[in-house]
Amino acid sequence: MRRAGSAGPLHEPPWGAATSGSVGAQFLMIYRENGQFKTSYSSDQQVFAIAQDRWGILLLLVFAVVGVPLLADEYMFRAILIPFLILSLAALGLNILVGYCGQVSLGTGAFMAVGAYAAYNFMVRIDGMPLLAAILLGGLCATVVGVLFGIPSLRIKGLYLAVATLAAQFFVDWAFLRISWFTNNSTSGSVSVWGLEVLGFSIATPQAKYLFCLAILVVFAILAKNLVRSHIGREWMAIRDMDVAAAVVGIRPVYAKLTAFAVSSFIVGVAGALWGFVHLGSWEPAAFSIDRSFQLLFMIIIGGLGSIMGSFFGAAFIVILPIFLNQALPALGGLVGIDISTAMVAHTELMIFGGLIVFFLIVEPHGLAKLWSMGKEKMRLWPFPH
Amino acid sequence: MGFFLETLIGGLMAGMLYSLIALGFVLIFKASGVFNFAQGAMVLFAALAMARFSEWIPQALGFDNKVLGNVLAFAAALLLMVVVAWIIERFVLRKLVNQEAITLLMVTLGIAYFLDGFGQTLFGSDIYKIDIGLPKEPMFLFESVFPGGMLVSKEDLYAAAIAAALVISLSLFFQYTSTGRALRAVADDHQAAQSIGISLSRIWVIVWSVAGFVALVAGMIWGSKLGVQFSLSLVALKALPVVILGGLTSVPGAIIGGLIIGVGEKLSEVYIGPMLGGGIEIWFGYVLVLFVLLVRPQGLFGEKIIDRV
Repeated sequence: MRRAGSAGPLHEPPWGAATSGSVGAQFLMIYRENGQFKTSYSSDQQVFAIAQDRWGILLLLVFAVVGVPLLADEYMFRAILIPFLILSLAALGLNILVGYCGQVSLGTGAFMAVGAYAAYNFMVRIDGMPLLAAILLGGLCATVVGVLFGIPSLRIKGLYLAVATLAAQFFVDWAFLRISWFTNNSTSGSVSVWGLEVLGFSIATPQAKYLFCLAILVVFAILAKNLVRSHIGREWMAIRDMDVAAAVVGIRPVYAKLTAFAVSSFIVGVAGALWGFVHLGSWEPAAFSIDRSFQLLFMIIIGGLGSIMGSFFGAAFIVILPIFLNQALPALGGLVGIDISTAMVAHTELMIFGGLIVFFLIVEPHGLAKLWSMGKEKMRLWPFPH
Repeated sequence: MGFFLETLIGGLMAGMLYSLIALGFVLIFKASGVFNFAQGAMVLFAALAMARFSEWIPQALGFDNKVLGNVLAFAAALLLMVVVAWIIERFVLRKLVNQEAITLLMVTLGIAYFLDGFGQTLFGSDIYKIDIGLPKEPMFLFESVFPGGMLVSKEDLYAAAIAAALVISLSLFFQYTSTGRALRAVADDHQAAQSIGISLSRIWVIVWSVAGFVALVAGMIWGSKLGVQFSLSLVALKALPVVILGGLTSVPGAIIGGLIIGVGEKLSEVYIGPMLGGGIEIWFGYVLVLFVLLVRPQGLFGEKIIDRV
């Protein structure tokens, strides 16, 4: 680390050369690993290696568990926080498949639907089935369907695979519409659940729902992060980067691809069950249509492919953007004096949404996670430029 | 037997219409390597433009001749699509050279959303009519052979003829003109084409304009069948299996794929549908493509994917 005074005239620190010396600089470099020595392999390999990161995550979790329920109102829970949690779980699952294993899948909505309907059937047909068990079993059914529709990935690659997965999307759409056994022979075609409780605690209030989703999300995020850092995660990344070379080196493509589909579909299925049970309450197949698949794909592209953190960023962006546009556009129109009709607001939202996607992909194709890690790199050196 | 032939012919003609839309996908993918998810939105945009221009131009210029109005509207809509192509190339594609396929796919999806909103902002969101004089009454063939005759829609017949003419002219364009050769060169290898002096950006503008032209023709025909409304952009989702079945880089593949998917959909809906509860048209094309891809991973006529390690 160069002493501040020895920097050239172009790099004079703003506080002047008078306070040169490591003391002044130490005070200002808050994000550095200086002095943090690891004395065991496990501490060297931990997810959050820098102590500041650990404190940051801890504070964030504490705020999320304690602070948010105190500060947020019901609208924030229903419209922003709970969809954000559930969709970031789904984006996490999709990121494992697309970002870590490189298999493009446009059928995520279908796997969410399978998770939701399977969980519904388990709840309705088996008396006394606990909610958590039903959701996890729904995820397992989604796993089976995911592996089934993942078998083509052993032969097909790239864009062809993407369109082949659309077969899953449309087939599942049709199945849940036409096969009445899945909807428990409901006359209206939609199903609903109520009176949810976990371990005896009812989760009817938005706060309880929020904490339930947060707990599931944290558990799955930890599991996913460790999974992608393990040998199976490395196999996935090898398949993504160069699948022929990976096979030559000894990585079994069948095992890697199908496990990617399995794990991803499990997480997405659980997210789908949560979406139906906790967020929607009652749903029909259109809730898991191709628009949902595109939305999740947007989330992971904008958030950052191949990054666990990126799923969260992308989900936040995509969840908040329409709401923000919805509020901001009429307000802007009122400022300028134009009365914008709701149809016009809807069209302008579409335009701005599409335009922002394009802009974002031009500016940072690697997503928000890349911007975040670049920011952290800069912070490690701050206030020095390099 | 008569009913079977009716369904068959209906399927063939529906297939031609799908391949019209699929052509746009194939053209853009061939020349720029981008899978243009915005093709459906371009069809809608072009159809909206034509429908509204055919109302506004006669009003603005003050004449009543329908044919002249349609021709001028077509020309104006075509010009608009060329402008859109230029804008897309200049502000989007040029900044995304050499990015991964999935990024380009997502960008075209963003463009699709943008065009959807923009088209409806510019032209309105009601249902509009395109009347290019296609006959609406069906005709009955072979009345002597089958009782009552075989029902064949004249509109679909004309549409199929237009689609065939378009495909033939596009094939001739690619084979025999220097621009067509340049397009094929760019499709083969971008860097090699650049090194012999072909301007990539000019080629991309040309390709997206031709795709816009194809989208306009497709929008015109579908619009006169269904009326121009938002659901027109969803027709692209029905044309995707056609693109994949035929192979992403093959123009004849788009036609043959279209015919196969069209026939398959109609026949399966009529004969297998009732057993499964109906409505299997939605996924039949996709599942068919899935099984074909398992046997031929690059589609029927696509280029074999060669992996270099």
